[in-house]
Amino acid sequence: MTSLAWERRKGSVARFWTSYRTHRAGLYGLVGLALIALVALAAPLIVGSDVQSVTEAPGTALEPPSAEFPLGTDQFGRSLLGLLVWGARVSLLVGLLAAALSVAIGTLVGIVAGHYGGWFSTVVMRITDWFLVMPTLVLAIVLATVMSRSMWTVVLAIGVTSWPTTARLVRAQTIAVESRPYIERATALGGGHRHVMTRHVLPNVMPLVLAQTTLGISTAILTEATLAFLGLGDPTVVSWGGMLQDAREAGAVSSGHWWYLAPPGIAIALVALAFTLCGRAVESVLNPKLGVGR
Amino acid sequence: MSLLEVRDLKVTYGSGTAAVPAVRGVDLTLEPGTKLGVAGESGCGKSTLALALLRLLPASARIEGEVLLDGEDVLAMSWGRLRAVRWAGASIVFQGAMHSLNAVHRIGDQIAEPLLVHGRATPAAARKRVGELLEHVGLPATRASAYPHELSGGQRQRVMIAMALACDPRLIVADEPTTALDVMIQAQILRLIERLVAEQSISLLMISHDLAVLADTCDRLAVMYAGRIVEEGPARAVYEAAAHPYGRALSSAFPRIGDPSSRRAPRGLPGDPPDPADLPGGCTFHPRCPVAVDTCAELDQELREAGAGHRAACVHVGSTS
Amino acid sequence: MTTASTPADVARAEKARAADGASRTGSSLGYLRHAAGKLGGALVSLLAVLVTSFFLFRIIPGDPVKAMTHGLPTSAEQLATLRHQFGLDLPLWQQFTDYCAKALSGDLGTSFQFRAPVGDLIAEKLPATLLLTGVAVVIYSALGLWLGTRSAWRHGGLGDKLNTGLALTLWSVPSFWLGLLLIIVFSVGMGPVPGLFPTGGMESGTGETGFAYALDVAHHLVLPVVTLVAVGYAQTLLVMRSSLLDEMGGDYLTTARAKGLRDDAVRRRHAVPNALLPTVTMVFINLGHVAAGSILVETVFSWPGLGGLFYQALSVPDLPLVQGLFVVFAGAMILMNLIADLLYPLLDPRVGR
Repeated sequence: MTSLAWERRKGSVARFWTSYRTHRAGLYGLVGLALIALVALAAPLIVGSDVQSVTEAPGTALEPPSAEFPLGTDQFGRSLLGLLVWGARVSLLVGLLAAALSVAIGTLVGIVAGHYGGWFSTVVMRITDWFLVMPTLVLAIVLATVMSRSMWTVVLAIGVTSWPTTARLVRAQTIAVESRPYIERATALGGGHRHVMTRHVLPNVMPLVLAQTTLGISTAILTEATLAFLGLGDPTVVSWGGMLQDAREAGAVSSGHWWYLAPPGIAIALVALAFTLCGRAVESVLNPKLGVGR
Repeated sequence: MSLLEVRDLKVTYGSGTAAVPAVRGVDLTLEPGTKLGVAGESGCGKSTLALALLRLLPASARIEGEVLLDGEDVLAMSWGRLRAVRWAGASIVFQGAMHSLNAVHRIGDQIAEPLLVHGRATPAAARKRVGELLEHVGLPATRASAYPHELSGGQRQRVMIAMALACDPRLIVADEPTTALDVMIQAQILRLIERLVAEQSISLLMISHDLAVLADTCDRLAVMYAGRIVEEGPARAVYEAAAHPYGRALSSAFPRIGDPSSRRAPRGLPGDPPDPADLPGGCTFHPRCPVAVDTCAELDQELREAGAGHRAACVHVGSTS
Repeated sequence: MTTASTPADVARAEKARAADGASRTGSSLGYLRHAAGKLGGALVSLLAVLVTSFFLFRIIPGDPVKAMTHGLPTSAEQLATLRHQFGLDLPLWQQFTDYCAKALSGDLGTSFQFRAPVGDLIAEKLPATLLLTGVAVVIYSALGLWLGTRSAWRHGGLGDKLNTGLALTLWSVPSFWLGLLLIIVFSVGMGPVPGLFPTGGMESGTGETGFAYALDVAHHLVLPVVTLVAVGYAQTLLVMRSSLLDEMGGDYLTTARAKGLRDDAVRRRHAVPNALLPTVTMVFINLGHVAAGSILVETVFSWPGLGGLFYQALSVPDLPLVQGLFVVFAGAMILMNLIADLLYPLLDPRVGR
């Protein structure tokens, strides 16, 4: 029985991949992500973990690009290339965690609201709708302001403000799944609420959740950069948004030090774009009617 | 000269290995003032045929052959000439008028549009003509300001017919004009079409899955199967004494007008129509044919004489009967 | 043959007309009911914003008064005075009722930083933000609609791919970074490019009046608007594109072609009006978003608007000001959603009016 379900799931993964492969932009996104993830994982090997150290900076302040420092140095004399590579870790980690948190909340709310229905669902969805019209960025900024400065604050601020879209989609999907006859059979055979939600609904909303997560990560990475740029990030770690804030404070704009400013922004844009491309490809595989890839 | 002459029309969707032949060599002739019915199950290519007549198929469709409208080949026309012929030379009444009308425009404006596009009337004159046309199809002229969703299915189909009459075309193509309607309304719409066509001596090419409807309205009938015409002749002869086993199955399928449930599988006919991408060899009907013989799987049949002005493409025609 | 105008037919037509008349009066009432419902919903949302903002700023760890004095040595007496001045010595429930009563009468408290009423500060900065976001939204909606329509009508082609590719790329760019880069290139000047535009602010302050002043403001507007448009038009484009793609299979387009319309007339008169409806809603919702999104752009370009004020308030942090601005930004979103909800039935004849 379980092996049969496993086989079926393996088959659907294979079908998914066959269809995903036809989306060229999605493939570019996937390759880009793999490369960036590799760099982030191998960062300690590539640049060493002392790249963040202000006291043992190898160069002098604000050097332009050279053979030794291909992207120049910051105001403390640290290698900007090293910081850029190291910053990938924070940006990706915060992006992943925040998107995971957001999608987890959204999925939980969506499944529960969709499963129980009635006045409970109405109330939950009213709250969701209310969150949906909140200015997400402002809310995240406010949360990051009133809480202490740390990476977890940033994750939390992004995660708890961006879940309503997922909740709406998951609720709709839950209702669709539960109207299928086999759910009725499962209930008749004595399956409780928990059983139905975790064994039947959850596996069926997983693809949707995957697409939402992928799209959510790029938004989360952009929001993280924004918060860091506003000085609301964790001051003890180097992130791309934080590098941009440093650059602005070091007067890179007025003195025209574009080499300080350009790379972190390009890195943010590339990662966000890669996740967006993957997310759109996943979305259009799941729902060809969306017309994303057409 | 015939009003409409279709010669060896072929329509293929896609290309290369994915090519799907939807229409595979159709010949049709329609004399001025006459009514021709084309019958067949869903997917036999009859709607593709209707769209091909005015070159309305998507760009991915490849069309070969000739469509002579008043002696002029529609398929070889310039775009400008084609636009002039559309609606003014031949107009179309589509199936499912809900989606064939634009939901965000008033019906009066939609009826007036071809008049204005073809320079047939000034805006003021067009408005007057719209009122006349609406009354002509049995709707009050004041309905011109209504939106499609405010009308019933039958009323929408009346609007489609009024629209088709707007430019006084010599030919109206009606593609399943009554399919989405309930039986009572179906009969009303058919009577309306019949009356208007007779009054203004317009030619009619009517397409339906329902042979009974066609036999009731038309002078001649053509039966399509898998993108080809398998039987053709006077309406009464084809309906009451079909020479092709598929024609016989269709005529026994609809004891009365209506009953959309038998649309896909006429009574007494096993199986589904063939997939156009994977047609059986020989006579394409042989896997479902109750009277097939061994040679049917190998030999395809041409249309041949089965009575006065009556032709059918079956191995039994001419030998027995 | 029988005629179509049978008595039954005429009766049916008359009945439909009567029903139509009834439904028309009925549906204008229906619209009022719809509008009242949406208005009530918006008011409830606004109330929820007030409640949230109150508690959000009371869960802050640490003492706002200490933050206000920037850690300067202050006597306990002075702290107590300040606390009393801002009503922080009252019990929480009393603070809450005071706050709600004041907020509903338009009083959003007093800024720690500027020692001025928050309402006045916001009113002073509002016009600059309205100008910037208004111009940006008009431009990027028009651009997004135009490019989205082109993209969908020739979907799958090279133009479509370049179009969506560029939009997605720009959408992935952080707005503040793009702003800084534009300043380096076009304001500070880089290589052969001289400093074409001012680095920030809304006016040169050299005392121009009339047309010269308008021109000066327009000159200052260029770079911030370009930044907001570049980052924002993708959303309108993508919505318009997918909305039009949904319409492209429509049978009514075949009807329009069969009538002898030119391709561009089919698109302009038939496809686009149908596809526009969801996009118009989106434009209004965007308008609410862009006010909040302008925080970054205003900060980067020192634009004297609400976003810049928000940034100043954050760095202190000046809680009454942050709180007031939060209410204003959320209020703008709620208002724009309300407008979209009220407008939709008027634009779409299928939704009863």
